Amino acid sequence: MVDAASNKPARAAAEFAPVRQTAAAPSAASPYRLATGGIVDRSAPLLFSFDGRNYGGLRGDTLASALLANGVRLVGRSFKYHRPRGILAAGSEEPNALVELREGARREPNTRATVAELYEGLAAVSQNRWPSLWFDCMAVNSLFSPIIGAGFYYKTFMWPASFWEKLYEPMIRRAAGLGRAAGMPDPDTYEKAFAHCDVLVIGSGPAGLMAALAAGRAGARVILCDEDFEFGGRLLAECRDIDGRPCAQWAGSLLAELASLPEVRMLKRTTVFGAYDHGVYAAIERVADHLATPSPHMPRQRVWNIVAKRTVLAAGAIERPLVFGNNDRPGVMLGGAVRAYLNRFAVKPGTRAVVFANNDDAVATLLDLAAAGISVQACVDPRGADAGVVRAAAQRIGTRFVNGAVVRARGGHRLRAVDVSAVAEPWHKLTFPCDLLAMSGGWSPSVHLSSHLGGRPQWSDALAAFVPGPLPRGMSVAGAAAGEFGLAACLAGGAKAGAEAAGDCGFAAKPVAMPGIGPEPIGIAALWRVRAKRGKAFVDFQNDVTVSDIELAEREGFRAVEHLKRYTTLGMATDQGKTANVNGLAIMAELTEKTIPATGATRFRPPYTPVAIGALAGHHRRKDFKPTRLTPGHAWAQEQGAVFMETGLWLRAQYFPQPGDNSWLDACNREVTATRNAVGVCDVSTLGKIDLQGTDAGLFLDRLYANAMSSLPVGRARYGLMLREDGFVLDDGTVSRLAEDHFFVTTTTANAARVMQHMDFCHQVLWPDLDVQFVSVSDQWAQYSLAGPKAREVLQKLVDGQHDISNTAFPYMAAGEVTVGGGVPARLFRISFSGELAYEISVPARFGDAVIRAVVAAGAPLGIRPYGLEALSVMRIEKGHVGGAEINGQTTARDLGLERMVSSKKDFIGRVMAGRPALLAPDRPAFVGFKSVGDGAIGAGAHFLPVGAEPSARNDEGHVTSVAYSPTLGHLVGLGLLKGGSKRLGEKMRAYDPLRGRDTLIEVCSPVFYDPEGARLRA
Amino acid sequence: MVLPSSHSRAGAVADLRYSILSLVAQSFRGNTAWRPVWREPEPKPAYDVVIVGGGGHGLSTAYYLAKEHGIGSIAVVEKSWIGSGNVGRNTTVIRSNYLDHANIPFYEWSLKLWEGLEQDINYNAMVSQRGVLMLYHSDAQRDALARRGNAMRLNGVDAELLDRDAVRRLVPILDFDNARFPIHGGLLQPRGGTVRHDAVAWGYARAADSRGVDIIQNCEVTGITVENGRAVAVETTRGKLHARKIGLACAGNSSRVAALAGLRLPIESHVLQAYVSEGIKPLVPNVITFGAGHFYISQSDKGGLIFGGDIDGYNSYAQRGSTPMIEDVMEGGVSLIPTLSRLRMLRSWGGIMDMSMDGSPIIDKTPIEGLYLNAGWCIGGFKATPAAGWCFAHTIARDAPHELNAAFRLDRFAAGHLIDERGAGAQPNLQ
Repeated sequence: MVDAASNKPARAAAEFAPVRQTAAAPSAASPYRLATGGIVDRSAPLLFSFDGRNYGGLRGDTLASALLANGVRLVGRSFKYHRPRGILAAGSEEPNALVELREGARREPNTRATVAELYEGLAAVSQNRWPSLWFDCMAVNSLFSPIIGAGFYYKTFMWPASFWEKLYEPMIRRAAGLGRAAGMPDPDTYEKAFAHCDVLVIGSGPAGLMAALAAGRAGARVILCDEDFEFGGRLLAECRDIDGRPCAQWAGSLLAELASLPEVRMLKRTTVFGAYDHGVYAAIERVADHLATPSPHMPRQRVWNIVAKRTVLAAGAIERPLVFGNNDRPGVMLGGAVRAYLNRFAVKPGTRAVVFANNDDAVATLLDLAAAGISVQACVDPRGADAGVVRAAAQRIGTRFVNGAVVRARGGHRLRAVDVSAVAEPWHKLTFPCDLLAMSGGWSPSVHLSSHLGGRPQWSDALAAFVPGPLPRGMSVAGAAAGEFGLAACLAGGAKAGAEAAGDCGFAAKPVAMPGIGPEPIGIAALWRVRAKRGKAFVDFQNDVTVSDIELAEREGFRAVEHLKRYTTLGMATDQGKTANVNGLAIMAELTEKTIPATGATRFRPPYTPVAIGALAGHHRRKDFKPTRLTPGHAWAQEQGAVFMETGLWLRAQYFPQPGDNSWLDACNREVTATRNAVGVCDVSTLGKIDLQGTDAGLFLDRLYANAMSSLPVGRARYGLMLREDGFVLDDGTVSRLAEDHFFVTTTTANAARVMQHMDFCHQVLWPDLDVQFVSVSDQWAQYSLAGPKAREVLQKLVDGQHDISNTAFPYMAAGEVTVGGGVPARLFRISFSGELAYEISVPARFGDAVIRAVVAAGAPLGIRPYGLEALSVMRIEKGHVGGAEINGQTTARDLGLERMVSSKKDFIGRVMAGRPALLAPDRPAFVGFKSVGDGAIGAGAHFLPVGAEPSARNDEGHVTSVAYSPTLGHLVGLGLLKGGSKRLGEKMRAYDPLRGRDTLIEVCSPVFYDPEGARLRA
Repeated sequence: MVLPSSHSRAGAVADLRYSILSLVAQSFRGNTAWRPVWREPEPKPAYDVVIVGGGGHGLSTAYYLAKEHGIGSIAVVEKSWIGSGNVGRNTTVIRSNYLDHANIPFYEWSLKLWEGLEQDINYNAMVSQRGVLMLYHSDAQRDALARRGNAMRLNGVDAELLDRDAVRRLVPILDFDNARFPIHGGLLQPRGGTVRHDAVAWGYARAADSRGVDIIQNCEVTGITVENGRAVAVETTRGKLHARKIGLACAGNSSRVAALAGLRLPIESHVLQAYVSEGIKPLVPNVITFGAGHFYISQSDKGGLIFGGDIDGYNSYAQRGSTPMIEDVMEGGVSLIPTLSRLRMLRSWGGIMDMSMDGSPIIDKTPIEGLYLNAGWCIGGFKATPAAGWCFAHTIARDAPHELNAAFRLDRFAAGHLIDERGAGAQPNLQ
């Protein structure tokens, strides 16, 4: 990063090269593009547009470098004061140069021009300005800056109170925000990927490359990630020699070796954005962002979950701006960025430069500027004697060295000059005309990932920077990220960290020779702000946080660094304060006369750089948000014209319309009537099904269910009620005993997973000693309910002759294994939800389609009709069975009128807690039926109120859980939970539903409306 | 004894009311007359009431103790900086769209306090009543929301049941055409909305401070002294503070702090993550909760989309989460609002939730005399901040709960008087 003032062949190549026009590349015609050098492809010119104007660039450019190559300096406006802004940095830390990239549905607001890889046809527009970037009316805000400083909004907009939502907030919201969302669905696709490795290396600068090489040569499985579209990090941006070769070239040969190692995987355009527990790292790979649109079948981006045994963080360092008046003028740039534009992109970011730095990094900047033919007007350094190497470098290129500081930048839309105050003559301002100021306030190690798990970075006075503190397990840090400044230190640190990481994974390191590097100075003297009276001195460029905002925060007591952040918004912009945080807290430390460690640092959080929400969502969107589960009989139902509805993840037939139906209700009534009078068939494959086997299976079920199951004879089924540990009803279903040690359980569709999870927990955690094995077979069995007086007749046509299913041989609640259709294995259960003579027949899923067709064919002469969920629901309400609206997690067995099922002879889950006094209180709402009195409509969710009582919470006596029109009875039938429950039969109540403007008289009755004696189902 | 703080505020400065006039006036004086929003006093050896926890609930409790009950000597002790817990890391939603009659009046009172908060404490916390919309995607969900909305109406709370078209008019950016779980409608509470969360802590701190409350930061409670069944003092990293009454308002750390007094709480601590996007121009007008996934969203006045989902599902005191939940939340987000896809998540963080065993809070006396508890807020403590403080102050000052928090008893789990809004039972990962 910091260079010695030694002579270099690498620089000589570009030194003072005349700017020549070449025919090959249109952008080379620009006076700002160097004729030679860099790693841009001069044979690959690209056209792009910014704010509607067309420009030329080169392959290898970023949008930022291409704009600079075209002389464009003004690229954005700041958030609050709408100050004109240029390009500050050359990497992902850029706070200013945010644009809306791409158009239409692919528009991406807030894209940093410094990382947007140029492609043919790239279109970008500036954002958050009106009417234009050059003339932005909102810049008037600057005039009010004394009033609208940090946190001003907490002190005003309070009167009158009603104006906040009507006037103030809409005004603020319109003014705030940066770019615009596309407002349309994203046409691109995304992927998620998982990877495991021995050593994850984050960053491919000198330290990262050496770490990857050391670990890779040792034979470890290595993943090397870099956010950039080229590997090499600062090696691409600096003009240094390694082993007598230009450093970018040297990096190239290392990369070639890495690429040849079979266990090394290299991911460029891949930002490791988060460190998580257990060695999990999340990364985002920008697969197709360098293309106008992704190729067919190519995702736009890919999110990686990388599980690494060891990790080497070699993310480098981020340069800090210096804080002085108008330090945000377009043309004020970080020194390292200036070198990157010169050396990597062959772009001159200015024509006349001043260098201002508090550290020896200025040496490289001075030499590179001179080598590019840019006249350097002055070199300003606040250090005196310590700045010897900088002074010498300035002398070498014939530039005036000033021991002092830049106090103010001049110019508006672009830098015109800087005012300098010299230490020797503080009363006398020097003014240097320039259009480029290369500044450096020192480098902050990129410690972010090292602190995602909570480890606080440690302050180093010697480096004037935070270095990593306690590290996540398995992580080591190398190079500039560890505060190892200087190329030699980076290379050595990386090699050591890589070898150690591989060693920890059991791979003996092979020696990696250290290349020859010249010495380099890395001296620094902290300078957190230049005290100047004029011009705003920005600390957080994007959020327009100035020194005076920090002073105000200090004055008002927001001195804790997190208070400083939240009150001033320092570090809360899209760059998360990468260039701002350290300056900000150091200024606060100065103001409070505390040390920087005592002031503390805000916590780093993932992601390191912003990540597209769509990438994290992957392909789980639209219809693929969640899996769609289809029953084996789905295709058949579709052929019947069924209307489907979502039931959890399942699609189930809601009803089967026929020509002439006026509404779903016609279909539903027809299906109910057909079932009640003849026979109907319903696909109930979605029920949860669990197969249990083992000598303790009965005991296990006894403990799970409130009623006894071990006493169930083989060949019989039983309705079962399961409670939660807290005594409330969890689920109901059936248990059938197929053999002494073999049970088959069904659950409700909604609770299938939860019951399975509950069983797993109970077996694995509570009673691992029980001899029972069980498995979910919900998907393995198709199941159909045949209901109606003619159900047996239909079934007899299907079940193979050797099985006697007469009422005597196979009575109500019988269960057994049969074969159908000439040998298809099936399970038959004589259970009824509809209240009719009914069977559920279960066949292996692969026979599901054939069997439903066979059932319907066999039933056709008898008038069979398929029925859907609506008819199913009507019949269960008519019959007074509880469903999901009653088993809502808030009801007990007593509430539901099922207390007779609760065994008092055995222990089971929920028994003790169900005995808590409040759960036995007589005024708990309990299960009732009701009929409408009169014609008013009633909806589930209405509340029961006494007739004549004022609508209030005090008078609320329960609510309607289920309601349906009964074609059998010819009127509305409903179920509900009412205080006092069955004690109130015959009472009139109101079903009060103000949300839907309804208030209907009802009469409380028994919940069993249909065949209360149960004669039909035993027929 | 009491040491004067270098930053102590003169009495006159407390009178510096915040208004556009004071902003303009101060701007002419170079903004140099602004004074600390709260003092930084040294702890005194004894107080009438010590509140443990300088978050929203602790600070509002102190404020209402001073304002409503005239208690003169109050300290709030905070182990870190005030507002460093969940008031500084939530998703800023306020609402009273509850189901249970034990909850609705309490949260409605909170909403009413929010509505008058800024004028009461002379601090703009940006209470924004932009409407909270809960979506439904099935008839069963509609019926459950109807039950809820009718319960709200019975309590005099605003609620409207919207059909699909009405939702579409209100929030056209939702996925109405390709959704896996089509939107059928929603339950809207127009008076619900958002509040600038940090400002709540600062505003209450300023208001409490101006009534003489000592706010003591960087003061961690290391012990609670109990003598003869009565709590008499808190031991802290800044010395021992005697108190006639001690109130705990420690959110995710409630169990740990209560354990200092030998209490075991029916609470598990879980991590809940939240997320903010890069700032964009206005896109999401209300607070919207997805009914078919774990996702809800609003947009801050600054432009960031703030969203969240479910707790990660494991016990933790670390304020950080893991990737499966992040991805789950983003899946919900893009499924609900397709245009989110190309926007970027800027920051994610975690807060520690004090998950009670029925999903509802506890504001009550404890078996230890003089020790009071405000805890169990699960994922919903922020919206309760004013009423929680108001009721907790009442409970402490009168040594008896107010009618509004009478149901939030510590012993309800033993007695079975549960307030289980979601019917999920004692499993925080399902609440």
